[in-house]
Amino acid sequence: MEPIILFAPLIGAILCGFGWRLIGEFAAQWVATFLLFLSCVLSWIVFFGFDGETQQIQILRFIESGSLSTDWSIRLDRLTAIMLVVVTTVSALVHLYSFGYMDHDENFREGESYKPRFFAYLSFFTFAMLMLVTSDNLVQMFFGWEGVGVASYLLIGFYFRKPSANVAAIKAFIVNRVGDFGFALGIFALFFLTDSIDLDIIFQAAPELAQTQITFLWTDWNAANLAAFLLFIGAMGKSAQLFLHTWLPDAMEGPTPVSALIHAATMVTAGVFLVCRMSPLMEFAPGAQTAVVVIGATTAFFAATVGLVQNDIKRVIAYSTCSQLGYMFVAAGVGVYSAAMFHLFTHAFFKAMLFLGAGSVIHAMHHEQDMRNYGGLRHKIPRTFWAMMIGTLAITGVGIPLTHIGFAGFLSKDAIVESAWGAMSGPGTYAFWLLVIAAVFTSFYSWRLIFLTFYGEPRGDRHAHEHAHESPMTMLVPLGVLALGSVFAGMIWFNQFFGDHDTVNKFYGVPSHHAEETHAQRALPGAAFAANEDDGHGEAKADDHGEGHAAEAGWTPGGGAVYTHPDNHVMDEAHHAPKWVKVAPFIAMLIGFGVAYLFYIRRPDLPGKLAENQRPLYLFLLNKWYFDEIFDAAFVRPAKWLGGALWRRGDLGTIDGGINGLAMGIVPFFTRLAGRAQSGYIFTYAFAMVIGIVILVTWMTLSGGAE
Amino acid sequence: MSADLTILLPEIVLAVYAMAALLFGVYTTKDKTAPMLTWGTAGIFAVLAFWIGFNGEGTNAALGGMFVDDGFSRFAKVVILISAAAVLVMSESYMAKRNLLRFEYPLLIALAATGMMVMVSAGDLIVLYMGLELQSLSLYVVASLRRDSVKSTEAGLKYFVLGALSSGLLLYGCSLTYGYAGTTMFEGVIAAANAEHISLGLLFGLVFIVAGLAFKVSAAPFHMWTPDVYEGSPTPVTAFFATAPKMAAMGLFARVVHDAFGNVTADWGQIVAFLSVASMFLGAVAAIGQRDIKRLMAYSSIAHMGFALMGLASGTAFGVQAMLVYMAIYVTMNVGTFAFILSMERDGQVVTDIGALNLYSKHEPLKALAVLILMFSLAGVPPLVGFFGKFYVLQAAVQADMAWLAVAGVIASVIGAFYYLRIVYYMYFGEETEALDPAMAPAQWVFLMASAAIMVFGVINLFGIEGPAVAAAAALVN
Repeated sequence: MEPIILFAPLIGAILCGFGWRLIGEFAAQWVATFLLFLSCVLSWIVFFGFDGETQQIQILRFIESGSLSTDWSIRLDRLTAIMLVVVTTVSALVHLYSFGYMDHDENFREGESYKPRFFAYLSFFTFAMLMLVTSDNLVQMFFGWEGVGVASYLLIGFYFRKPSANVAAIKAFIVNRVGDFGFALGIFALFFLTDSIDLDIIFQAAPELAQTQITFLWTDWNAANLAAFLLFIGAMGKSAQLFLHTWLPDAMEGPTPVSALIHAATMVTAGVFLVCRMSPLMEFAPGAQTAVVVIGATTAFFAATVGLVQNDIKRVIAYSTCSQLGYMFVAAGVGVYSAAMFHLFTHAFFKAMLFLGAGSVIHAMHHEQDMRNYGGLRHKIPRTFWAMMIGTLAITGVGIPLTHIGFAGFLSKDAIVESAWGAMSGPGTYAFWLLVIAAVFTSFYSWRLIFLTFYGEPRGDRHAHEHAHESPMTMLVPLGVLALGSVFAGMIWFNQFFGDHDTVNKFYGVPSHHAEETHAQRALPGAAFAANEDDGHGEAKADDHGEGHAAEAGWTPGGGAVYTHPDNHVMDEAHHAPKWVKVAPFIAMLIGFGVAYLFYIRRPDLPGKLAENQRPLYLFLLNKWYFDEIFDAAFVRPAKWLGGALWRRGDLGTIDGGINGLAMGIVPFFTRLAGRAQSGYIFTYAFAMVIGIVILVTWMTLSGGAE
Repeated sequence: MSADLTILLPEIVLAVYAMAALLFGVYTTKDKTAPMLTWGTAGIFAVLAFWIGFNGEGTNAALGGMFVDDGFSRFAKVVILISAAAVLVMSESYMAKRNLLRFEYPLLIALAATGMMVMVSAGDLIVLYMGLELQSLSLYVVASLRRDSVKSTEAGLKYFVLGALSSGLLLYGCSLTYGYAGTTMFEGVIAAANAEHISLGLLFGLVFIVAGLAFKVSAAPFHMWTPDVYEGSPTPVTAFFATAPKMAAMGLFARVVHDAFGNVTADWGQIVAFLSVASMFLGAVAAIGQRDIKRLMAYSSIAHMGFALMGLASGTAFGVQAMLVYMAIYVTMNVGTFAFILSMERDGQVVTDIGALNLYSKHEPLKALAVLILMFSLAGVPPLVGFFGKFYVLQAAVQADMAWLAVAGVIASVIGAFYYLRIVYYMYFGEETEALDPAMAPAQWVFLMASAAIMVFGVINLFGIEGPAVAAAAALVN
């Protein structure tokens, strides 16, 4: 079943991309969409039927080279199951949605075929993403990682006639290259240290790595910290974390369904997935964990501030995505991987819905994206309005405080904020406060979006407003499905992701405390991980890291889907956080809502005045903290200058010059010489022969072996 | 004695056929029999090639070791006979059209082929000389076959005078060798010339013999006759010059240096390497200035001989194998190319200027494609067979610790690629000119297409010539 989930999208991509001339455009699109729905249904079956035990399903023998030998196999554990559901569901819905959204696109000429290409790219992306999440070794993951990068590049630049789209595509690709370089170095480091790229072997080696030193860039590092940090650099690139985030807002040049699928729900969460997947390594790399927390929290804050002042509807949501990814990293960084996955899971629903809703608005407004030209749209497009409203309620975290009743974002975001507090450490506290502030901003910009778009007086082009129309059913159905997820996903799965310890452990297939204690009393330390041995990891040994933890942590890293260090009690601390901590995000949400209501409903003149008063701050935010300008000056220009110099001096001057000189100067000279020697007179020819024999005889006399 | 005759039978058959056919031709209708004789000779060649190729086994010495029939000679003979037959078949219509088809033509070719077969089987200096002269004298005559043309007679005369000079050098070398070794038999020479001790006289003999042979393979600086003779001779004769005699001379070269001087590879290795480098570069550089396709092919063959000599220069069995493979490929490519050149005419007049090929692909896409393949293969562009020939000899040079020679070869082949590519450029991107006549004799068409197809499909296993080449090299070098 799993191989079908994996390869159905690939088959769809091939059939749709290459076969549409045979079967027709429409059929091709439906083939791709149908195959994705198939893989979606199967994913849900796997998700519900999955018992938490890690399985490996071999597909083929992958690499056999020297000491490196590895399979291409599907690693099915809880993390994979979650990602399968997220990826295939959103992808299937986006496929469906694209029927409506991509129907008439003015970026393409009349009669030009672009839809099959679009669907093929989407399906190919899905395939690559599934490859990423099901990987059982790092190279396999890297394949998926690069595959989604390529798909992202192709889809951002889908409107290939728009220069800005091409630039954005290239930017996304290059910025990701920086992160990928880190990722690749991380893989190399782990292979160097453990002589393997298989996740299981790396996980088991993690405690040992924590004791190892490695020299890198002329400095000694802790091996676990270094490897984990390098992998995190890869994650930063893919998940648009601070310093490597600049590509994500520009990626909004792509069609909106792409933004929903790739740049909100799936690909950008690959970094979070990577950190969670590598949890056994992260747990032994406190330095890297701190980096994850600090970068994540700072990103969450930074992106939220920038989101406050953006006017492009998609850019607001893009910064919101960037910010929410920061939340997830904080949770992963403090060691509550399940909370990170929880937010990833819920975020996929409501963020995809926000994007698709935005797409519906854009569709209705004839591809107008500036919110200043919207206003009062709730009567024109009521269904879209309600979908967006639900999405906003979810992202801002509306719910009943101190209970587990609320929209999806309420539960997952609160889990993260509490976890940050529960870390009880410097970085944790830093993250906690930044996240709470970011929650205020999140609420503000989300409501600002709603108010500017759906309330107030219609602004901008009157013609566009008059012709604003509700989207077709193919676009509304996905919105409805995602709305269900946004409302209920949090409440349904709260216990599994962030409930009491045993439920969470059971969900992730981690041997629970209870089991350990009872079994430990049977004086058989190994029995605690009987489950491990069942699924073929007979390698677990009781004394593997037995220094005092044997009773409590009677299993080795890699046993379940995620691993938490025996000393890691963050989740328990988070559960027992004081009431004010638990209520803080809710208060933040209310403040944000209140300010937005004041600014955009009661006193619409206030924002302008504030921007006037605080002009430097406003410009600072509007220009996204000048990151693009700084990068441009620091990296882009020097690189271009260097490239130009190498091209002009090195390539044109030296290489081309040399070759041209040789080809057009020296060789023709000899050609003329040879032509002149060929005089046509026999005596010249005979003379040449005599000269030749003289040379040979002289040479042989001097250097030959004769005495 | 009868055993000796059995070994010599193919040569005897061919010689007797040539003489009998000569008598027949003279006493019957003379030139009217020419087409029949041409086809007949080609047929005899083909039959002999099969006979030698499939029947021969092991190493047999005849006449007390003066004549050797071994794997090496058989390989060379098959290539010689098949290429000679191919040239005869494809030249028949050309010669007939221009009233050149004299009945002597196929018979002279047959006699030349007999000489070549003797050459590659030589086990003695006298047999060597006899074979060489039989071949050369026949070739002098066919070069000036067109008696009413100044150019053709000039070509014949130049070839004769310079050939005589080279024969003199060769003879001088032979007599020196005889004087210092005390025998004309290769077996005796090799005993006299061993690595510890080689007398200066013997070394001089070696140098002069090599110089004489270098003339025959047209290696620089003994190449000067080649462009003029190629240009002046009737095209079918040029085609013949470029194929069978090259194989024969190269075979003889290998036989002399290995059978007679196999113990002093280091000495002749440097000479051959020098000849190789000089030929490759001269062939590559000088051809750039040529607009006449026959002269161009002359320089091309000089460059190719340089590559074949590279295999020989390595002095190993693998080197000989590489040389044989290279020569077989070279001959195949040249048969195809000359089949095309023979068909180049405009309003019935022969055209040899490469400018005439401008936009040839527009009028004759299939033929242009075949020529393109042949040109790429001659230039050594992978994945065509020509590349593998070059790869073989480069590999031989590298294995023999002559990496510098291989590097020089690569550089020369890059320079040489220019003029092959220029022909392709003219055919596909040139300016509009008056088109060539579309007609092409069926035989020529077949050889052009077959040769191009071999260049493409041969990459699979080189049509299995590697096995015989290995056996041939093993028979020669031991």
